[in-house]
Amino acid sequence: MADSICRTIRDGALEGEHAPSLTIKDTTASPYGFGVFTHVLSQASTLILAGKSQSRGLVVVAYSRSPSFYLDFLKRSGVDVASSQKWIHILDCYTDPLGWKHQLADSGILPSNSSAGACLFQDVKDINKLQSLILELGSGLVGQGKVRFSVAIDSVTEMLRHVPLSKVAALISDLRSHDQISSIFWLLHSDIHDVRVTTSLEYLSSMVASVESLNQSSDGLSGDLGNLSLLEQNFRRGKFHVRFKRRNGRVRVMNEQFHMEESGIKFTSVTVEDGLVSQGLVPKVLFNLELSEKEKLERARVVLPFEHQGNGKPIQIYDGRRSLAPESMGEVSADTSQSSTEECSNGGGEIIYFRDSDDERPDSDEDPDDDLDI
Amino acid sequence: MDSRARNLLDEALGLDQLTQLKPPLGGKAVLIEDCVETSGSFVLHQLIKRLLTAVPNSSNVVLFLAFANPFSHYDRILLGEEGKAGGRSGLFALFANITKVLNALPESNRKCLTIVIDDVSLMEVAAHGSSDHVLDFLHYCHTLTSDYGCSLVTLNHEDIYSSMDGLVFLKQMEYAADVLVKVEPLATGLAADVHGQFDGLQMTVLNRGSLNNRMSNFQFRIKENSVEYFYPGARA
Repeated sequence: MADSICRTIRDGALEGEHAPSLTIKDTTASPYGFGVFTHVLSQASTLILAGKSQSRGLVVVAYSRSPSFYLDFLKRSGVDVASSQKWIHILDCYTDPLGWKHQLADSGILPSNSSAGACLFQDVKDINKLQSLILELGSGLVGQGKVRFSVAIDSVTEMLRHVPLSKVAALISDLRSHDQISSIFWLLHSDIHDVRVTTSLEYLSSMVASVESLNQSSDGLSGDLGNLSLLEQNFRRGKFHVRFKRRNGRVRVMNEQFHMEESGIKFTSVTVEDGLVSQGLVPKVLFNLELSEKEKLERARVVLPFEHQGNGKPIQIYDGRRSLAPESMGEVSADTSQSSTEECSNGGGEIIYFRDSDDERPDSDEDPDDDLDI
Repeated sequence: MDSRARNLLDEALGLDQLTQLKPPLGGKAVLIEDCVETSGSFVLHQLIKRLLTAVPNSSNVVLFLAFANPFSHYDRILLGEEGKAGGRSGLFALFANITKVLNALPESNRKCLTIVIDDVSLMEVAAHGSSDHVLDFLHYCHTLTSDYGCSLVTLNHEDIYSSMDGLVFLKQMEYAADVLVKVEPLATGLAADVHGQFDGLQMTVLNRGSLNNRMSNFQFRIKENSVEYFYPGARA
């Protein structure tokens, strides 16, 4: 499903339609949204460089990581960054978002700050300026014509700290409808915002990818101390849930699993055999609440101490002192009289049992509560 | 027990192999969360002690922003050097002071600086309740870790925030951290010989690009002058 996302980003926008847009959302329980973001980023970059994508350039609006991080990451992912100035621009909203370092440089406290390989942006509250700069940088990469470029925002959560939702929504909406935008994707930490914010951004998205934890607990770090290895394994894995909104209005939902590896995030199909997937409703406790196959078979063979075995055979009562083996059941003599009795085959003791149901006449009109003295 | 204890906490914080050549926390941002039942201050104290005393003649420097206790308190738990903290002045001025200290160090030693903030909730008080300003300040401290390779350690209390805004503030800090540490009481309640449990998660894969998301879970007992660490049920 991650491949489907990357294909949609690759195919880009149709003439007269809004550009495809992707929200990647996660929570602290499974904080791997950034891994998905960088995966999409590296895939988009590879396709742009190979000329297989509608988009011919990429503008990364970096709020939560430095520009050098992204260049290093792309280099590690095998993307050629030597020619990066021809196809990628990083708008650096991380290094000095509020202009503090600029002020310190003016006072001589700090050396003059320059963001290597990136465009430094020092006024993150000015969304109009940010939008102009995104379009300017993109046009600088692909020219003014019909060629398109993609936009990636590494943290809309961070953007929303400085700018109200209405302005962020307006920015995304304007970008989506711009002639030169091929696609746009962003990361959102959904547990930071209220539902209104998350929903508003999802409405603007043609794809919503959710990163969820395999563990049921809401807090990814808390867990049973005795189950550390399972907790640790599960923490590197999770569920990847994607919702695609088609142009015709149809919604398609897909699920995958992901796990974190040395080289990055890897996606796999959901398998029923995987014990980690079928968590079930059984709570994780120190004792066993489930039966093995052998235990299920033995339970089925237990003769219940009831009169009606339901197997057409004469009524037999098990008194707990006889063997359960099937061959020994035939040795028990049946008593089909109205009141059943149990006889101990080992001598001593006799239980005479009178069924309460024998006292009642069938279909009696008598109200059983008549004898109550209320 | 002390050398083993050093291994458990050091492993959790990524301090296993302190050498003169390698920056102590590797330029990471560590967030320690505690609660009223179980204070996480001991983690700060142990961390500072290890940073300043583990390697002879090291160039490790600790820049301490103390809001919770007077400096004499940290003297009593045997700190090495005390950095010049900005006190309760404006957060911008505080950041200016931090950068002054950083720039005063030789360039090769700047990555050996660890900025320690004890604690963030009192910083919020100093900022007159503006969690946004505190987040801006912390963001700028984070940028120093990528600009200079220095490290950042912050302590905050997870149980003082009852409103959604407060929880959001805490989560913002969690997302930005490379190492997340939670110090909690035992789920079974108070005990005389086990004072709490330590949950640590190194989230390096998310922030620095390489996989090292290691989980640590162990229990601890705070003694007079040291802390004993052990796995559950393994206490001698």
